[in-house]
Amino acid sequence: MTTGTQALTDTQTQALLLKLTVLADDEIVVAHRNGEWTGHAPILEEDIALANIAQDELGHAGLYLTLAQNLGGSDPDQVAFWRGPDDYLNTRLVELPKGDWAFTMIRQFLYDTYEALWLEAATRSTYAPLAEIAAKAAREEKFHLQHTALWAERLALGTPESERRTQAALTELWPHAAQLFQPTHGEAELTAAGILPDLNAVHVRWTDLVTRHLTEKCGLTLPATPDAQPGRDTHTEHLAPLLEEMQSVAREYPTAEVW
Amino acid sequence: MEEHTSSTINLQPSTVWAALASVPDPEIPVVSITDMGMVRDVTVSDAGRVTVTFTPTFSGCPALHVIRDSIEQAVRDLGVTDIEVKSTLTPPWTTDWIGDDARERLRQYGIAPPAPTGEGQLIQLDAEPTRCPRCGSLNVRMTASFGPTLCKRMYVCDACREPFEGFKSL
Repeated sequence: MTTGTQALTDTQTQALLLKLTVLADDEIVVAHRNGEWTGHAPILEEDIALANIAQDELGHAGLYLTLAQNLGGSDPDQVAFWRGPDDYLNTRLVELPKGDWAFTMIRQFLYDTYEALWLEAATRSTYAPLAEIAAKAAREEKFHLQHTALWAERLALGTPESERRTQAALTELWPHAAQLFQPTHGEAELTAAGILPDLNAVHVRWTDLVTRHLTEKCGLTLPATPDAQPGRDTHTEHLAPLLEEMQSVAREYPTAEVW
Repeated sequence: MEEHTSSTINLQPSTVWAALASVPDPEIPVVSITDMGMVRDVTVSDAGRVTVTFTPTFSGCPALHVIRDSIEQAVRDLGVTDIEVKSTLTPPWTTDWIGDDARERLRQYGIAPPAPTGEGQLIQLDAEPTRCPRCGSLNVRMTASFGPTLCKRMYVCDACREPFEGFKSL
């Protein structure tokens, strides 16, 4: 655990606000996609599991956005419910439609591995409030990763049909996953100051872990990683309807205090 | 309660702790929020302001608002009007803080208490061993890694054939 809270410069504060928003946006959007399985998952236990995971991810978004608010950012509810697709900075990986069960599980496995490794590294942040959040969230993320790693295996080694779907999901999702490791504006300076984890180092660990699991254990084939990725401000056509649904209650009752 | 103000000023933190010990966990009513290790600190200022610091179990726990309100109400019931309920994430809550007495009550209630978290690897793909709360067998199978609340998983005991819930080791 870090000893104290160092004072951030204005530049660092702005860069950290951006990074916290980016982290929260991925969590909110992936939580919504998981929530879409409520009442539709293949078995009751998985319906419950995805609802649990979605709750945790929203909890993490709440932690990031509350920290951002303490740094001078907006109210977390405002950030989540009153920004449109042009302002959301989530990756395309998390906004793609939920697809079939294999698609959902492979996406969540790729995302959980990234999140677990990033959080584990962030527990060593020199900025104590971030280190605290990471220590909290990393403990929860472990359960997500155990769950989705097992599902990837179960589906890949299941029937020819489940293997076909799992490989198809991986082939479609893999090119988008690299976007998780795009640094945000000013991130390099925060990393140099020890405030944020080294994203490249996290990427190396991520690639190693997911490659071993998906290829050696699950027998899947990894497609090529594209050389370039569009920025986080470039979305697919799927984000707008997602936000429209997610924000509908807030926008219909803008003055409501309890939803 | 004759003299409202003086009774407030003379309030001891131990009295507040005792009051909080009767606040049940909203999702597992056989244990209280102090049994769960959720209450981290109680202070009473010279002016009579009571500050309770608690730590959330899971960051996305939907019962957090209920717990916060219950803490406030329990302190208010002591005749206190100036109350502050703060939350802290440091150190992060761990199931190791659940007391032995509460573990036994969880077991009797049919929930396998959490295994010690130990100093194991944070990033691990295997779950911890769990004992059946009814017959004590370790011959159990996890049937769902997420249960009806964020803190629990579902199991079946292959010895006594009973399904049961198990507390996650966090």
